[in-house]
Amino acid sequence: MPHVTLTVNGKSHTAEVEGRTLLVELLRETLRLTGTHIGCDTSQCGACVVHVNGDSVKSCTTLALAADGASVTTIEGLAAADGTLHPMQEAFREYHALQCGFCTPGMVMSAIDLVQKNPQGLSEQEIREGLEGNLCRCTGYHNIVKAIAAAQDVMHGKRSEIARAAE
Amino acid sequence: MNVVTPFEGIGASVRRKEDFRFLQGKGNYTDDLNRPGQTHAWILRSPHAHAKIRGVDIAAAKAMPGVHGIFTGADTEAAGLGGLPCGWQIHSKDGTPMAEPPHPVLAFERVRHVGDPVAIVVAETRSQARDAAEAIIVDYEPLPAAPSLEQAQAAGATPIHEGVAGNICYDWHIGDKAVVDAAFAAAHRTVALDLVNNRLVPNAMEPRAAVGEFDRFTGDYTLYTTSQNPHVIRLLMAANVLKLPESKVRVVAPDVGGGFGSKIYHYAEEALVTWASAQVGRPVKWTADRTEAFMSDAHGRDHISRAEFAFDKDGRILALRVATQANMGAYLSTFAPCVPTYLYATLLAGVYTTPVIYAEVKAVFTNTVPVDAYRGAGRPEATYLLERLMDVAARELGIDRVELRRRNFIPADAFPYQTPVALQYDSGDYQSTLNECLRVADWAGFEARRAEAAARGKLRGIGISTYLEACGIAPSAVVGSLGARAGLYEVGTIRVHPTGSITVLTGSHSHGQGHETTFAQLVSDKLGVPVAQVDIVHGDTAKVPFGMGTYGSRSLAVGGSAMMKAMDKIIAKGKRIAAHLMEASVEDIEFDRGTFRVAGTDRTKALVDISVAAYVPHNYPIEELEPGLEETAFYDPKNFTYPGGCHIAEVEIDRETGKVDLVNFTAVDDVGRVINPMIVEGQVQGGVAQGVGQALLESCIYDADGQLVSGSMMDYTMPRADDLPPVGVATHTTLCTHNPLGVKGCGEVGAIGSPPAVINAVVDALRDFDVRHIEMPATAAKIWQIINGSHGKAAA
Ligand code: FES
Ligand code: FES
Repeated sequence: MPHVTLTVNGKSHTAEVEGRTLLVELLRETLRLTGTHIGCDTSQCGACVVHVNGDSVKSCTTLALAADGASVTTIEGLAAADGTLHPMQEAFREYHALQCGFCTPGMVMSAIDLVQKNPQGLSEQEIREGLEGNLCRCTGYHNIVKAIAAAQDVMHGKRSEIARAAE
Repeated sequence: MNVVTPFEGIGASVRRKEDFRFLQGKGNYTDDLNRPGQTHAWILRSPHAHAKIRGVDIAAAKAMPGVHGIFTGADTEAAGLGGLPCGWQIHSKDGTPMAEPPHPVLAFERVRHVGDPVAIVVAETRSQARDAAEAIIVDYEPLPAAPSLEQAQAAGATPIHEGVAGNICYDWHIGDKAVVDAAFAAAHRTVALDLVNNRLVPNAMEPRAAVGEFDRFTGDYTLYTTSQNPHVIRLLMAANVLKLPESKVRVVAPDVGGGFGSKIYHYAEEALVTWASAQVGRPVKWTADRTEAFMSDAHGRDHISRAEFAFDKDGRILALRVATQANMGAYLSTFAPCVPTYLYATLLAGVYTTPVIYAEVKAVFTNTVPVDAYRGAGRPEATYLLERLMDVAARELGIDRVELRRRNFIPADAFPYQTPVALQYDSGDYQSTLNECLRVADWAGFEARRAEAAARGKLRGIGISTYLEACGIAPSAVVGSLGARAGLYEVGTIRVHPTGSITVLTGSHSHGQGHETTFAQLVSDKLGVPVAQVDIVHGDTAKVPFGMGTYGSRSLAVGGSAMMKAMDKIIAKGKRIAAHLMEASVEDIEFDRGTFRVAGTDRTKALVDISVAAYVPHNYPIEELEPGLEETAFYDPKNFTYPGGCHIAEVEIDRETGKVDLVNFTAVDDVGRVINPMIVEGQVQGGVAQGVGQALLESCIYDADGQLVSGSMMDYTMPRADDLPPVGVATHTTLCTHNPLGVKGCGEVGAIGSPPAVINAVVDALRDFDVRHIEMPATAAKIWQIINGSHGKAAA
């Protein structure tokens, strides 16, 4: 069987995979990084989104072999070593942007990429359109949009910490 | 130094405890579990809607690499496994019990819907199991399929189950037909409407999964499963399917990624992996693909109804008459029979003073996936029917639709209010929720917005729904008399540890509702312990004494009430210990948020002093009191709870394409006392999104041969972020009068109140096109046809 070598959350791994093994299977089953989820089989839901070389990617639609040599970041790799949450994680908590938490890892990874690729800042409508690849069945998206709007201010250096949600 | 701690009790928007793990990928969902020596299962499913199984040849598959075992319906029959039980029995009009055909865990001799499980393959890896399943040869003899209500009831339709005449499960009714018919005969005006409540696929984002593990040394079975009610699964699976003592079976429902009803039921795969783990001597894991979920998770809704109001000359409702056909699917799912009866027809009074009601419901077997409760369950169907009929009536009577509703509201001073369809409402204030919603949504300013939209070439409409639901289910004796084969109490244990931290064991199950936070707030509020020191344990039959689980917006109203009762016991015992320690009489001890005080003095003991004394009983009334500080309470509700409110939707329709944009949505709901406003708002937001999905986007479609056409997320349209506007949510509280918290429930209101508000808005937007009713979902294609096929004045 072929081998794949890749860096995941800063750690190098080499694993044996089948030609048909998907990146999400490598992450979940071989590396036991179960934070990345599988919500569908038609590349519709975005529960599986990770960053590959800095871009958000649906790991359910990426062959493990295609990630050979890549640097992958998953939801497990976002918080700082001392446990400090990424501003996007912090904003999701502050704005109650998650309920069951199943879509959350993919949603957070997509949202970070969306904000990073739009340094000019996004309106709430633009955020909604930017989330076209992610489904959430619980929240109705309202609070996810608010959280991303709050996180972008911190990520772009406009604020030093996440604005409190209205009570 | 004064340390100011934030208030974390009832009414505070405490940020959720569970979020830390979910946000860091540390959730513990069923598919994340990997047991030592675990094997993987693949379920082979029927590609036919209806067929005889002439034979199953597993020889080639069995020889495939990695295969440990293949089991078919013949094997599970031979092993004596029981079928999946139904938890509710309905009796027909004539007193006969409903038809309750067997529901085998693997299809035996016949398959009855696409996705019906035919065999389970257990192999070393999931790919190997799947490859082997593809090598199984099933010899099917296709039979005529009847996926629709019409096809299943047609003369000469092929019976789906032997001995079930006409494919009728039951033909039930409520109310006095003669009285209602007489009211119609004497009415000033009557208004009728035929309407469909579209079939939905729940689609929790986490697909169902199950891991079965047999311990050959102890003979114990453990099932890890994506369930909303692990104790119920243990009871049904152990007693009915595997025929094991419950003491030998442990069911764990760890973090669950959404349920919305679809994870209440006992599913075949749960029993199959548990049983198969003993057959192959290894743990067995199964996780559904989304495609499998579409054809094996219980679906929701799927009603066809005719509804009629009789009015007097002042626009007061004299009577309501309803005839409904409900699609049960191919088998009875766990709670299916109660959904179109006691969760539906008993809601047909709604918020109105309708004096007499007659409803008849025919439940029909079809060659489709079983249908059961999905967020709201019966109540969305009742609300949609009433609120659409109300709008049609308003137009035909020439009375303003808000005024017509007001005229028929149950007044705020009429509670407790006995409806003609069994329920007795305890509290509500429908004028106030209506007024508040009209104000927030700026109903009065709508015509200006319509004109502004028209100038942009858009058709703008506004719609309203005033609704009520019954949840907090349910008083055991009442549901028992109506056919439930279970009690619907809840169980809570409060364990005060020696050092004063607290573990709560609850039979409620959290799969997104935030119980770890809300329940901790209850304890914090009552016992004065910081939320951080309260741990909520749920979802494991080995840890929690018993439980009926989470559905029907019952967790706070019933589960929370059980905790309150258990805390009362803790306080009562604590008072006796405090009295001993402070040498006072028990009657003189007061308790408030963590402090026991001798009334009128400054002599106090903290809760931790009491817990230390209880576990280190050196100075302790040991003759009269047991050591320890742990109490369990079962709480059986006295009545349902009755949340209600008003939803207003505003839409804009593109004349060229027919696409409906929801541009504003306002919900003002009375959910009783609010424990955590942030979480309540989130629950309503999510419910509204599902209701809007039903109204505008979602529809589960079978073709005439019973093939599932909308069988993937590419074909079944789930709401995405840009399908929804910001949703305004507010609450207006009247307290529930019969539970200790005054709570009513908020999990389902969004999905119940919103669909008719949206459709009423769509019909309003099309008022120049002479359209009386539009079936859900109001897709662009339907609207385009109305706009282009219309001879209404705007089209002229
Ligand atoms: S799992 Fe759904 S898009 Fe990847
Ligand atoms: S939080 Fe449950 S699917 Fe998004």
